[in-house]
Amino acid sequence: MYDIKGYYDAETVSEATALLADNPNLKIIAGGTDMLIKMHGGQLEDVELLSLRKIKSLEKISIADNGTIVIGAMATFSMIFHNPILKDAAPILTEAAISMGGPQIRNIATIGGNVCNGATSADSASSLFALNAQLKLESKAGERVVPIREFYLGPGKVALNPGEILTEILIAPEDYKGFGGHYIKFAMREAMDIATLGVAVLCKVESVTFNEVRIGLGVAGPTPLRCLEAEEYAKGKEISSETLAEIGKLAVKSTKARTSWRASKEYREHLVEELTQRALKTAVVSAGGAEVV
Amino acid sequence: MAYTVVGKSVRRVDAVAKVTGRAKYTDDFSERNMLVGKILHSPYAHAIVKSIDVSKAKALPGVEAVLTYKDLPDIRFATAIPGIIEAMATDEVGVAELKYSTAGHPYALEETHRDKEDRNILTQKARFVGDNIAAVVATDDLIASKALKLIEVEYEVLEPLTSTDAALKEGAPLIHDDCEGNIISSKGYEMGNIEEALKESDHVIEGEYETSIVQHCHLENQVSHAYVDSDRRIVIMTSTQIPHIVRRIVAQSLGISWGRVRVIKPYIGGGFGNKQDVCIEPLNAAMSLAVGGRPVRLELSREEAMIDTRTRHAFKFKIKTGINNDGKINGIYISAVSNTGAYASHGHSIASSGGGKFRYLYPTKALKYEPLTVYTNLPVAGAMRGYGTPQIFFAFESHIEDIAKKLNLDPIEIRKKNVVKEGHVDPLSKNTIRSCSIRECIDKGRELIKWDAKKALYKEQTGDIRRGVGMACFSYASGTYPVALELAGARIVMNQDGSVQLQLGATEIGQGSDTVFAQMVSEVLGIPMYMVHVISTQDTDITPFDTGSYASRQTYVSGMAVEKAALEVKKKVLTVASSMTDIPAHLLDLKEQSVVFKDSGEKVIELEVVAMQSYYDRVNAQPITSDVSNNARINAIPFGVTFAEVEVDMKTGKIKILEIYNVHDSGKIINPLLAEGQVHGGVSMAIGYALSEQLLFDEKTGKPLNNNLLDYKLPTIMDTPDIGAAFVEKEDPTGPFGVKSLGEPPIVSPAPAIRNAVLDATDVAFNRIPMNPQRVFEKFKEQGLI
Repeated sequence: MYDIKGYYDAETVSEATALLADNPNLKIIAGGTDMLIKMHGGQLEDVELLSLRKIKSLEKISIADNGTIVIGAMATFSMIFHNPILKDAAPILTEAAISMGGPQIRNIATIGGNVCNGATSADSASSLFALNAQLKLESKAGERVVPIREFYLGPGKVALNPGEILTEILIAPEDYKGFGGHYIKFAMREAMDIATLGVAVLCKVESVTFNEVRIGLGVAGPTPLRCLEAEEYAKGKEISSETLAEIGKLAVKSTKARTSWRASKEYREHLVEELTQRALKTAVVSAGGAEVV
Repeated sequence: MAYTVVGKSVRRVDAVAKVTGRAKYTDDFSERNMLVGKILHSPYAHAIVKSIDVSKAKALPGVEAVLTYKDLPDIRFATAIPGIIEAMATDEVGVAELKYSTAGHPYALEETHRDKEDRNILTQKARFVGDNIAAVVATDDLIASKALKLIEVEYEVLEPLTSTDAALKEGAPLIHDDCEGNIISSKGYEMGNIEEALKESDHVIEGEYETSIVQHCHLENQVSHAYVDSDRRIVIMTSTQIPHIVRRIVAQSLGISWGRVRVIKPYIGGGFGNKQDVCIEPLNAAMSLAVGGRPVRLELSREEAMIDTRTRHAFKFKIKTGINNDGKINGIYISAVSNTGAYASHGHSIASSGGGKFRYLYPTKALKYEPLTVYTNLPVAGAMRGYGTPQIFFAFESHIEDIAKKLNLDPIEIRKKNVVKEGHVDPLSKNTIRSCSIRECIDKGRELIKWDAKKALYKEQTGDIRRGVGMACFSYASGTYPVALELAGARIVMNQDGSVQLQLGATEIGQGSDTVFAQMVSEVLGIPMYMVHVISTQDTDITPFDTGSYASRQTYVSGMAVEKAALEVKKKVLTVASSMTDIPAHLLDLKEQSVVFKDSGEKVIELEVVAMQSYYDRVNAQPITSDVSNNARINAIPFGVTFAEVEVDMKTGKIKILEIYNVHDSGKIINPLLAEGQVHGGVSMAIGYALSEQLLFDEKTGKPLNNNLLDYKLPTIMDTPDIGAAFVEKEDPTGPFGVKSLGEPPIVSPAPAIRNAVLDATDVAFNRIPMNPQRVFEKFKEQGLI
């Protein structure tokens, strides 16, 4: 039994933003896989819900004429995994999608919900960070677009203003074209688990050197993050195990891991160093580079 | 012996019901206007309730009753039900002080052999985070939850003892006033002279090993409902392994006579020992009494069930083994400290029982076992699949591997040299090993995993990914004889068409016992499986007496009662047939729904005709039935071995199992497919035990950290490799159809086998489980491997 005081559903985005403007107490529910756990655990009481499930337009995944990929916020992880556009253009996102929960969760959990939940462990987050995703936020007053790195403010805290709904996730062509990538979810289990570390890397390769490297990490700090120092270092460097080792070391510098009963800081940092290198090794090959031995 | 149905993989009798969702579990049953009960758990590990104010909770609309330790079990609310009050024992101590035991053991007439009575239904003294302080009964879940928040409790917080070290420290506060030093039991044993045996040995090797607290995680959480019927008796439907014991303990907890309680057990969603204990039923009964006998449901959430039912004891072992150059063990000394948590439950018997079952595997000149079972302010440890053996075999099978490594002996040969042989009589239990195929099991496992080839292949590895193989052996028992009573009951009624109903006290808890019992009856009576209707529900008003499902006793102990009941029916059928045909009964047999000549198999008369005669003969009508009890004053010792192959990621500390085989000597296998299922389940539980599962607590406060299935790392099917199950079938002369037990055995040896495989792969000895990536990382770091 859930403690639900009221339940509203909208069929269009404008209907939803209007409802939200009228009643700022409404909590938005998408797939519900995070919300229901919060209600079950008593973190949310007497809640009034606004459901977006009937807004079918938000489930669409498409590619605009200018090459921008548009992912509707209500696209489920199953939809993302099976989407041919994303499989082709952003496999680090589809890999992340299939790593999440189990089949039943993936059939209902949405990418918009995953992002708005604000968890550093969100399975989509490290990939969306590496892809420089932009978030379209709509309210009754209008819309704005925010880069994902500015959206995550702290654990469970995102830059969603009262009245705003995340409607679309945008990936510009310059952020995915020509990249090779790889995603590693390191968790204690092969399914139904929260990541100990999520590593998403993208790279562009020019013969034997790195043209560009991007490293997105989840669970390496209070929010998902990018390893800018390591990325900067990699630019123009020869692709070798020594370069990778240095990238791994520098990646740790961007992290803010802490010790908890789940894992120690030392172990988390060790994983960042090791798994960044492993992910890049695979990414180099998928970007057309030679295997690093 | 050649059998028709026994030994065949017939379909489970409950397969269709379970697959189609028609099988009904406790939560599928409902009484009209059923109320909901909820528990107020202590937030402190060790505290005394100074004051408690329930007035606000009581005032909440929809709240029907609020209970605290002051009311329970108290005459005040029972006055509403005159029948109960008359039945209340005239208790001189006063019922509010009534303490009871919860362990699912048969009652003992000798007072010294009874379980430790240390529990109240609700307590004034909290002994672990989650202890039951108060309870509410309300019209729905949400109101009940809100009412809990309105109960105002003032606690005096005491020092929490969150480890056995803390509990054993001199001057440590007592968790139970009557238990000096917080030591609940220290019952061990000594055979031979250990000091001499060690002195005579070429080598004395020592080791220390440690296991963690884990939880059963059965699919169905504890759930029950209770009401008072029109005969003024308390009726409880509950998800339990032990309906007859629940009846006794509920009555004891309330101080009423046992016949005043009726317990019904429908299908249950797993137990693994956690439901061989009485956790929620006494409180559920009290809740119903508090509202005038109206029906109340009590269902634990997963988060509650993980801390407020039972767990598996964590053990710390110190072992000293005296061994000669040729690998022959002279003497073993084992000391153990077992953490039983806040209440006794099965704690007083588990360390001793594990040590008892260990004794069968390696008989030595001298063996000394000194266990100490200690109360702490952690959740209550109780029975869990293996009952003390997963712990002691993890320790010893790791230890013997370390010995082999140290003395450069072959790990298989050292075991073969020391394992027991047929004919051995255990000097303490006097149980005789009448069948033993442990050597054949070892040979079979060695072949299955291709041991010799892999051993050679995995020598001298250096890369980031390393592989290794390991093995471990075990011994177990079939039931508890001679420690406890092994009584079982079965009843058979033959219908007019020759089909039968089989009624049992033994409980189907998913393990498949109903099916193997039906196979036994089908075999004896010469009728097909579809003509044996097993009544799966136990109801203490009508079910034959049997203490239930535990100790891997069903097929062996309850099977004896089933065989006896079937043989009695057979005898009666043949007697009637003889009277109808004038052929002496001793010349007759039953086969293919007919009475036949024993020697030729020639058909004499159809079974249906005999059955009809038994019902409707004008002079001699007497339907054919049997109703038997069997007291099994004997035991049969099963053995087995695990072989495992692992791959270790030297950088991340992740261990992956590539192949794993369990080979069992469980006597005759009644149903190979079900037996394989038992092995799959046991091995997968053991994989979690070895690699990932552990209930964690804040050391300072005793607060649970991961009592949910996200943070408690129960392996998923994606983490479970294909599990190989094999059997060496040699019939044991004592069991029905030659069986020995198989329920718990599969969980005993995989953890040490996996640990030994990791040792083989990495040269690092892990003496503590689980070997999760964090721990592996720390150990590799310590050894300079990272």
